[in-house]
Amino acid sequence: MKMMTSNHIDEIKKIVKSGRVLTDESDRFSYSFDGSFGTFLPDAVIQTKSTEELAQLVKLANREQIPVYPRGQSTSLSGGPLPVKGGMVFDLSVMDDLLEIHGEDLVAVVSPGILTANIHKAAEQKGLMYPPDPSSSHVSTIGGNMAENSGGPRGLKYGVTKDYVIGLEVITPEGEIIKTGGSTVKNVTGYDLTKLIVGSEGTLGIITKAVLRLIPKPQGSETIMAVFNSLIDAGSAISKILSSGILPSKMELMDKASIAAVENYEPLGLPLNAEAIILIELDGHPLALKDEVKQAADLCDSVGAREIRIPQNAEERAEIWKARKLVSPAIARIKPTKISEDATVPRSKIPQMCMRLQEIRDKYDVHLVVFGHAGDGNLHPNIICDKSDKEEMRRVEQAVAEIFTAAIELGGTLSGEHGIGLMKAPFMEMELGAIGLDMMKRIKESWDPNNIMNPGKIFPEPGQKLELS
Amino acid sequence: MKQSLEQLREEFRYEKTNSCVQCGYCLPVCPTYITMGKETHSPRGRINLVKMVGEGKITDLSVLEEPLDLCLGCRACETACPTGVEYGSILEAARAALVRRKKFSAPVRLLRKAMFQKVFPNRKIMKFTGNAFWLYEKSGLQKAGRTSGAMKRLPNHLGDFEAIMPQAVSPAERKKTPNRVKAKGEKKYTVAFFTGCIMDAMFQRINRLSVQLLAEAGCEVIVVPKQTCCGALHSHSGEMEETKRLAKQNITAFEQAGVDFIVNNAGGCGAMLYEYGHLLEDDKEWADRAAAFSAKSRDISQVLVSCGGLSNLHTYPGELVTYQRSCHMTNVQKVTSEPLDLLNSVSGIRFIEMEQADMCCGSAGIYNIINYDASMDILDRKMKDTKATGASVIITTNPGCLLQMKLGIEREKLSESVRAMHLIEYLAEAAGIS
Repeated sequence: MKMMTSNHIDEIKKIVKSGRVLTDESDRFSYSFDGSFGTFLPDAVIQTKSTEELAQLVKLANREQIPVYPRGQSTSLSGGPLPVKGGMVFDLSVMDDLLEIHGEDLVAVVSPGILTANIHKAAEQKGLMYPPDPSSSHVSTIGGNMAENSGGPRGLKYGVTKDYVIGLEVITPEGEIIKTGGSTVKNVTGYDLTKLIVGSEGTLGIITKAVLRLIPKPQGSETIMAVFNSLIDAGSAISKILSSGILPSKMELMDKASIAAVENYEPLGLPLNAEAIILIELDGHPLALKDEVKQAADLCDSVGAREIRIPQNAEERAEIWKARKLVSPAIARIKPTKISEDATVPRSKIPQMCMRLQEIRDKYDVHLVVFGHAGDGNLHPNIICDKSDKEEMRRVEQAVAEIFTAAIELGGTLSGEHGIGLMKAPFMEMELGAIGLDMMKRIKESWDPNNIMNPGKIFPEPGQKLELS
Repeated sequence: MKQSLEQLREEFRYEKTNSCVQCGYCLPVCPTYITMGKETHSPRGRINLVKMVGEGKITDLSVLEEPLDLCLGCRACETACPTGVEYGSILEAARAALVRRKKFSAPVRLLRKAMFQKVFPNRKIMKFTGNAFWLYEKSGLQKAGRTSGAMKRLPNHLGDFEAIMPQAVSPAERKKTPNRVKAKGEKKYTVAFFTGCIMDAMFQRINRLSVQLLAEAGCEVIVVPKQTCCGALHSHSGEMEETKRLAKQNITAFEQAGVDFIVNNAGGCGAMLYEYGHLLEDDKEWADRAAAFSAKSRDISQVLVSCGGLSNLHTYPGELVTYQRSCHMTNVQKVTSEPLDLLNSVSGIRFIEMEQADMCCGSAGIYNIINYDASMDILDRKMKDTKATGASVIITTNPGCLLQMKLGIEREKLSESVRAMHLIEYLAEAAGIS
């Protein structure tokens, strides 16, 4: 990796005719962070809507071995866009001009800077739906969602971002512009490079255009809230429903600590002495829904739910979902630092994972809150701490490492939807094995021989450890 | 100024930046992030810059100047923030810290001192300004200025503002405003009216109508003599000592009046009055008195609604009206529904909400004068949303917004078909009061 010189900046400015090249200190600091940890200054930030200009810049970067960091709106919780080795940040949020809904083909064609929520809106106007719904969708770009393969609550029924991307335009790390996939759902021509790029966290190229699959929008939806005196019962309710032939669109869990945090933050009348709450959303045809709601409620009842609420109108539904929405902000007020993990286990292992998390909490004496997408095994254990307390942060490091170990031992994964990025890189081998990780590395090396595309991510550096203190 | 990191952290309120988790939820609501298109001009970016100062990573503080100067201070980010970051408080501290270090050129220093310490707080001077305004208008100078194109040659686009200045009130009429007005019918509240400096100098008519409407609704209205400027403009410019001095003068002036509410009709002033408690929270002698003052402070729309509203309001059937919210009323005072309740009580009206109704118009105190181009980019976006409603009346609840919307109407060449009005003017017109 080479240092950037003023000659490089001059050359960059010559290439970027239609946009901006930011090099002031205030600008460089403003592109040095994301929603995770750390400050890493880029040498220059590039904003251009022109794919050709970006491709020329990548050619320059490849020739001169300058790191390139693609970035959306930097809401990443794993360090995806952090320019850890300096170089250029490409601010792709400026590529926000293309958003077409092709109703007859059931696809959307988008540029990477489009906000995900705007795709939701545009699709809905035509009676269609783009299902992936990360909670940051009103801020995050579709480009960032594709790079990180974002999920969201609806992942349970509808899958995640990769399940809806069927075609891409990509700038390769050598500065060539290629197309992968296309506008058809069926496409088996050669390797599925589309799926390889989605979720590659910006290490294999820069997405400059995408074709997304859409589905008809469900006609209705209903919500159930079930309150439990034990986390285990809540877990069995989840597996019972999932094995009963009903597939809810969302199934969210809140543990005792998250219920308390929300009530402290904004009293909503949640039961403070309950061990767990599950929120279930079912969608589909109104007639089918009626039947499914009853079945699901009965199943919760049969495993010992102490209370079941079925809201009768949109306001009541919104009120119930508000509780789940408030968990993140509520816990952020407890202490200044929030370590948000997304370790995921097979659905049937949720009760065991919950038990392991409680043990970890007690063993390391950390403030651990558990909530998340229980229906698909994607829990969000969050540790609330204070990064200025070095001793506490060392305990947090150990707790985080053990959460990863627990997830993998239960047959799960390090990351369900946030991505590996920086902090989880040291744990890759634990999940993939040495050879598994090496196969991935070989793909990276053949795509990006000079290692200029988002270097420092996914693959651990020799001796790299999780460091929070 | 050599300082330890500890001192810098305190001065910049570093600890408050820690509640920002950099989720970016503030980005879609920030007018300058949208128009200027870079993170440097977003709330998250600005908070990060302050954070970097506190962590010793930024040592040249001038790096913060432009990003902080270009913030409108609309505080829409606070409303959007899921973790309750006190952005206003961070911004205020950082601006004050920069002002303390800044070496203004001699003329600018003198002008700042004159404006902030002498002009805004001085009712006599502000009244004189108001009178001079009237003379300027009545003498034909205004017409001469407008027709000769002389105004267009003024620096900093002041000429553009000339076209939108309100009709001034004559000195004789100005004197007519009484110090105490009795409630019409049964008295519901006794209130003190906060006149404000700019409202009093430039929008005297709206102040007079405010007092009349309050009386109409059942309030006995007192105009306390020793009141002064609220200090909002000082606070936005980092002149904190002067802000506190003005706050104390107002607290002293109003606490003796023994009223139920202290009523204002300017969203920006109202926000400042609402925050006196916070401004003086560390001052033992004043903290309680300031909190008591803020607890009584109300926007006029709140008081009118508390009184049960106004009766017999009507306009011609189907008049299309939209409302440009005052950011400080929405995001600081959190007053959002009352102005709409009052508008909807006018018979005949058709109210249409504009897209992005909560987005700032770009006026922001004196931002539109100091950062003219940035302000006009924001205004042009706002006018696009306003025009899309097809409304012939744009309601505002703050003098800055009112002038800015008038400027927007001029820029769009809509002055024949669209009026910008203060809510009070519109209600008074609908009530048949002139």
